[in-house]
Amino acid sequence: MRSAVIVFPGSNCDRDAQVALNAAFGRPPTMIWHGEATLPPHDLIVLPGGFSYGDYLRSGAMAAQSPVLRALRDEVERGVLVLGICNGFQVLTEAGILPGVLMRNAALKFVCRDVELIVETSASPFTRGYEAGQVLTIPVAHHDGNYFADAATLDRLEGEGRIAFRYASDDNPNGSARNIAGILNDRGNVLGMMPHPERAVDPLHCGTDGRAMFAGLMEALAA
Amino acid sequence: MSAVAATVEITPELVAEHGLSADEYALILKIMGREPNITELGVFSAMWSEHCSYKSSKIWLKTLPTDGPQVICGPGENAGVVDIGDGKAAVFKIESHNHPSFIEPYQGAATGVGGILRDVFTMGARPVANMNALRFGDPDHPKTRHLVSGVVAGIGGYGNCIGVPTVGGETEFHPAYNGNILVNAMTVGVADADRIFYSAAAGPGNPVVYVGSKTGRDGIHGATMASAEFAEDSEEKRPTVQVGDPFTEKLLLEACLELMATDAIVAIQDMGAAGLTSSGVEMASKGGVGVELELDKVPMRESGMTPYELMLSESQERMLMVLEPGREDEARAIFEKWELDFAVIGRVTETGRLVLKFHGETVGDIEVAPLVANAPEYERPWKPTPKPPVIAADELPASDDPIGALKTLLGGPHLSSRRWIWEQYDHMVMADTVQRPGGDAAVVRVHGSTRGLAITTDATPRYCLADPVEGGRQAVAEAWRNLTAVGAMPLAITNNLNFGNPEKPHIMGQLAGCVTGMGEACRALDFPVVSGNVSLYNETSGEAILPTPVVGGLGLIENLERTARLAIPADGLDLVLIGETSGWLGASLYLRDIVGREDGAPPPVDLATEKHNGDFVRGLITAGRIAACHDLSDGGLLVAVAEMTMAGGIGAEISGPPEDVPLAGWLFGEDQARYLIACADGASVVAEAAKSGVPANIVGRSGGNALTVAESHTISVGELRRCHEDWFPSYMARP
Repeated sequence: MRSAVIVFPGSNCDRDAQVALNAAFGRPPTMIWHGEATLPPHDLIVLPGGFSYGDYLRSGAMAAQSPVLRALRDEVERGVLVLGICNGFQVLTEAGILPGVLMRNAALKFVCRDVELIVETSASPFTRGYEAGQVLTIPVAHHDGNYFADAATLDRLEGEGRIAFRYASDDNPNGSARNIAGILNDRGNVLGMMPHPERAVDPLHCGTDGRAMFAGLMEALAA
Repeated sequence: MSAVAATVEITPELVAEHGLSADEYALILKIMGREPNITELGVFSAMWSEHCSYKSSKIWLKTLPTDGPQVICGPGENAGVVDIGDGKAAVFKIESHNHPSFIEPYQGAATGVGGILRDVFTMGARPVANMNALRFGDPDHPKTRHLVSGVVAGIGGYGNCIGVPTVGGETEFHPAYNGNILVNAMTVGVADADRIFYSAAAGPGNPVVYVGSKTGRDGIHGATMASAEFAEDSEEKRPTVQVGDPFTEKLLLEACLELMATDAIVAIQDMGAAGLTSSGVEMASKGGVGVELELDKVPMRESGMTPYELMLSESQERMLMVLEPGREDEARAIFEKWELDFAVIGRVTETGRLVLKFHGETVGDIEVAPLVANAPEYERPWKPTPKPPVIAADELPASDDPIGALKTLLGGPHLSSRRWIWEQYDHMVMADTVQRPGGDAAVVRVHGSTRGLAITTDATPRYCLADPVEGGRQAVAEAWRNLTAVGAMPLAITNNLNFGNPEKPHIMGQLAGCVTGMGEACRALDFPVVSGNVSLYNETSGEAILPTPVVGGLGLIENLERTARLAIPADGLDLVLIGETSGWLGASLYLRDIVGREDGAPPPVDLATEKHNGDFVRGLITAGRIAACHDLSDGGLLVAVAEMTMAGGIGAEISGPPEDVPLAGWLFGEDQARYLIACADGASVVAEAAKSGVPANIVGRSGGNALTVAESHTISVGELRRCHEDWFPSYMARP
């Protein structure tokens, strides 16, 4: 498994992703600076959490214009797996790689806590380690995680099985439309999600419910 | 002297506006041998401000113990450094941003966090945890909610963005803070013990380099503002508050750590209060050398800035360093990669003078040694606080509704859940937070190891007001106890002394008393002070804050498998109370919030007992013999049990009082040196305690889903939780 983590100025979960990927795959990911215009071949590319470019203008907006994003689009086209976590999800929506937008949380405050997350589909390389309907405990930590898209887009996402995760209906931390916490692109090789699976791989830290995502990715690529 | 400098006439009014007394100005004339120009006057003003010179507190600070085998660097540098084994060191400090946070809560608090983070990474450490200690006015005061929401958002805004977890802290309300809130921020970092960076400049000819953000006109006179009382017009001082940019600081952090991995840096100092003045003077003074600065080379955010403004700006996210000769290009490449300004703005000299040039002209020339050595140091007159009377528990009305009192306490401003606050802080980033906010101490893993750092902030201002010496002892003892309660070996403290106007003898008496008590406790508990900060003049229109000496404690956990939490994890555990209970209600929370009296002597702290009991409890934890542990503090036994049941979602029964203790004293008394532990075999713990001479009694048992006292008073854990969780969000959501 050749994995990579893209580092933007202001990324701050890059090390957390690095540690989680190293533990899951038994080899460290390549850390790629945002200024790179080409990407060496990888099986999985992670856009980590943080505040790329300070999240000035809009969360993820400036990172979406980085040289590395042009290269990333080519990789997405080639079917390489891409996981955007938190700020990474915001970057993917700003870049138009995933539909919809992530607005300010409905309560207008940053929120950091565990949430109950429902796995909506196991039919993706990211979620094959789970069962549909399974309830996970995974932390969120964001200010702009309120997912929004027009009704037609939401209907299409649901109809095409592209909702990967929802917040439990009584545990929506940010006001996201239809409790959406994570979505897939139409080809199923890109997942963007607000919760942090890389923070949930260690019993001493936030539990281990995130491990199955990385284990599933490993299987998917071995298959 | 240049035309720029000569245009401003130095009048007595101008001297007074700079916060300098006539005597102080006379001393300046003597040191200079001539009249200073405006830039030089600004330098003296900043360096001799209370904030930079500690002129009122220094003689007392010198009485604190600062040494120990664990201490690598005590007070005097950017932060304190202690050895945590395995070749690693913890670097930590607490600092106040009280005055700016009252004027502009978001930016004041944010830049407080930014400043303390810089103090820590300047020394070569990667920051791993932030903490804070906050004091606000009466919840019903019209400004309080605005201040709470701004301060919390500011702390979160900075820490969340830079990606350092904010893992805990404390928040209190009291009308004495109506006009002066307290925002004390603490950062802990971890460095290689043999790679600590200091601020002493060396090597005449070496380049002096400026990195980070550009300099603007923000924060000019911040240090002077922090050294005076507020009046009603304090909000007009808003332009003196700095504006923070955590994104730039994140870049600065990474760039500095990258450069620190090389051996290019001779000395480094962050630009905090009094900006370039303070950093330039400190580096020269510590190194016993001179520094010549070409101020026109300073990267500027706005045009037309004068040397005076450049020297006194408190623009954030800036650092000054001295590099090894010839390493400029290597350093520049790192800072340019991180898109930060990098400018060689001067050099180290042999002259022992701070020489300031502007477009080739000398605009300031001050001999550094007398500037620093002659900084005023006052032995201000002080009056000890009269000893308050001891209130016996049986003098007070009997408690017939302990559950009602518990609900009032847990569901009120003082003890209600702070979840509303800490959910706005990313307390998990860096993936090493082992104990989250809400426990006795936060626990953060030393990255890549199985060891942990325990961190706490503590002070009980109502005790300090009643009896400063006892209050000072108690603040240190409580920090020590909180670290012990998670199984950590307490290592050292940083302190933040927040007081009113030191020119008033009774205020100075509070400071003297608190420092005396803290020193005694630090000595008795082998818990030295390695860094700290003093914030005086916390008064508005003559009304002073409560004396608030905040202690930031750091402890080491050798094995993260052997720590304790406060949550009761199972049914059928014995609850064992460690320590003596006399039922002390003087200066207690119960007395204040239930009986409505703020008087009486606070509980005495017996430091030998404190150490004895604590060492016993820590031994049980590290031997893996207990299931939960909680220190007893505000609100006493019943509050502690309630917190343990709420955290674990499992109920408990607590027995009635011993014969000689009234019920209220038993349940709500605040006797010190006590812990409540949950364990499977209470009898053996009690027997062992008896052998060690530690008082221990089984006082209850876990189980069910309710908290029951003396078989007759009961409340469900669910209702307790609702009452505990509800106050803060309801308060903040009030129309």
